[in-house]
Amino acid sequence: MVERFDAIVVGAGPAGSAAALTLARKGFSTLLVERARAPGAKNMFGGRIYAWPLFELVPDWQKDCPLERLVTKEGMAFLTEDASLGLTFDSPRIGEGRSASFTALRAKFDAWLAKKAEAAGAMLVTGIRVDDLWRESGRVKGVVVDPDDRVAADLVVIAEGASAALVRRAGLKADLEPREVSVGVKETIELAAETIEERFALSEKEGAAFVYAGYASGGLRGGGFLYTNRTSVSLGLVVSAEDLAQKKIEIQDLQTKFRMHPGIQKLLQGGKVVEYSAHLVPELGANMMPHLAGEGVLVTGDAAGFLINNGYTFRGVDLAMTSGIAAAEAAEAARSAGGMSAANLRVYERFLRTRNVLTDLERFRKAPLYLKNARLFDVYPRLLIDIAERVYQVDGTGKERVLATALEGAKDGGLSKLTMLRDLIRGARSM
Amino acid sequence: MTAGDGGAKRGLRIIVCIKQVPKAQELSVDPVTKTLKRVGVPSEINPPDQNALETALRLKAERGGEVLVLSMGPTSFDESLERAIAMGADRAYLISDRALGGSDTVPTANTLSEAIHKLGSFDLVLCGEETTDSSTGHVGPGIAGHLDVPQITYCSDVVVVGDRVRGTRMIEDGAETWECALPAVVTVDFGCNRPREPSLTGKIRVKRGGLITRWSAADLNLDPAKIGLRGSPTIVAKVETVQLPDRQGKIFREEPAVAVALLLEALKKDGVVLP
Repeated sequence: MVERFDAIVVGAGPAGSAAALTLARKGFSTLLVERARAPGAKNMFGGRIYAWPLFELVPDWQKDCPLERLVTKEGMAFLTEDASLGLTFDSPRIGEGRSASFTALRAKFDAWLAKKAEAAGAMLVTGIRVDDLWRESGRVKGVVVDPDDRVAADLVVIAEGASAALVRRAGLKADLEPREVSVGVKETIELAAETIEERFALSEKEGAAFVYAGYASGGLRGGGFLYTNRTSVSLGLVVSAEDLAQKKIEIQDLQTKFRMHPGIQKLLQGGKVVEYSAHLVPELGANMMPHLAGEGVLVTGDAAGFLINNGYTFRGVDLAMTSGIAAAEAAEAARSAGGMSAANLRVYERFLRTRNVLTDLERFRKAPLYLKNARLFDVYPRLLIDIAERVYQVDGTGKERVLATALEGAKDGGLSKLTMLRDLIRGARSM
Repeated sequence: MTAGDGGAKRGLRIIVCIKQVPKAQELSVDPVTKTLKRVGVPSEINPPDQNALETALRLKAERGGEVLVLSMGPTSFDESLERAIAMGADRAYLISDRALGGSDTVPTANTLSEAIHKLGSFDLVLCGEETTDSSTGHVGPGIAGHLDVPQITYCSDVVVVGDRVRGTRMIEDGAETWECALPAVVTVDFGCNRPREPSLTGKIRVKRGGLITRWSAADLNLDPAKIGLRGSPTIVAKVETVQLPDRQGKIFREEPAVAVALLLEALKKDGVVLP
């Protein structure tokens, strides 16, 4: 006998669990299928979650959400081999209210959110990889694990993550291309809580979020990140898959060099690498989006390319959760309109817009392309550090004014004033 | 062809007896108490029982009918019963009672037989050849004795032909095939097939619930004198751990042809290989 549900959600990450939770609340019989043995076990991200969707999803989230530290310190830095030029921003207000963000470990956070979905009435099944969508005469009728193992549903919500295998099989998107994705790697480095608080100047529950450009990614398009957890630090890189392939560089070599940078070493000294992970990162945001709605199917989260990387913030989990909520709203609207047809489900885009997912993605549509300007990752970091060195080195040979120093540095770096000006204007526009 | 073959096929009612055991590769012996350290060790369905279950599921796919899983043990065994259902068993029964603690193979076979009686008619009882945590191989034959039905042990292939079951067992210099009338007890060779993974449909059935029935000793009207430690004639007189001798370890690094000759020479010298 074929089991059947109103809705099946594939993937118990932030998008999937948010969708399942909201669907269950709206009275849909909901199956949430996860391929890992437990939600979060196979998932990966940099380390920070913007909390705003949780206020709606789990209103009392602060009660038991397994967060590591509330982010109260932001930073960015340019690196060369042995120098760094950075900016940090401390404010208790960035950790307050709806704009709060926190560091988290996915094994704990995803498990927590999936439990909330279960508590709302969704059925969670783990350890099963959905192989394909059950398609019949142009519409999705459920999921297929193997030919003898199908489960039927009126609606399938795809929340399978960046690889988007089902999305591609469903014909909602062409195969991934190297230029559409980056490779993310992350090391979790164990450090005592007090050591973290001392080195990053944090109090007990506060956390820091840093991004790095330049030497971090070996001059390739991409960047580094560092997030403080309670008793560990997440250190990692996101680097263009295209560049890695072209330059034949192994990302773990970049990661080792990044970790060994004197500026990073000072922060991590004595720490022990306890975990290493890697994952695909959708990179083109609004430029690589699949069809978001089909006959009996919706696409959410990373599978839909909902990721914003504008150079100073990386957002994925908040967009994923919000898209899950929007998918459930679309399902509800489609149910009232008579069924899960593509035409009825198309309201999904409207809900994504009112919830600022699509609008934010579109606003930064140009950012990924701008970030593809290789000068940003190689020439400018060097230039800035070169200028800083010229500014701060006093050796009695006479000093120029800062602007003259900068222009001289630029000239030595082989950059024309025009190129610099153009990059500056483009950058300002796209961010 | 035996009598009955070719007639209308009817579904089979198969009962598979399983035990939950600690995963063998993660077990160690406590050097002081000389008992198995079971705490914190993940469990699994006794591997030969998995082969028995797989055999049953294949027979059901071929002939129709139902597969019932039966076990005796603490409620933590639910984990394995759920897995068996997720793999495709129809229902599961767990006999769980403190009074059964300490049972050796005699009361175990007795208790399982009483449960099988309670389940009503059956065509086949399948058991693994033995358990990986005690390796006696007594329980399957014990059940056949109690139920007074024929048995075929250590089968690597089980075929139902009409009203008869045919079991092939590997012996030292070949294979032999036995056949007997149904109902019968068959014990299944470890590793004779590849147990399937749980299916999504199966896991959903587990989550929907209601497929595991618990029975106490009282539910089976068991005689208190015949169960648990009291009903167990086995006495553990002594447990010894064996210290493995240190191996010298020698690697022959010469050309393969030379290395093989030298290795043979060395083995002959040590009396491992006869000259």
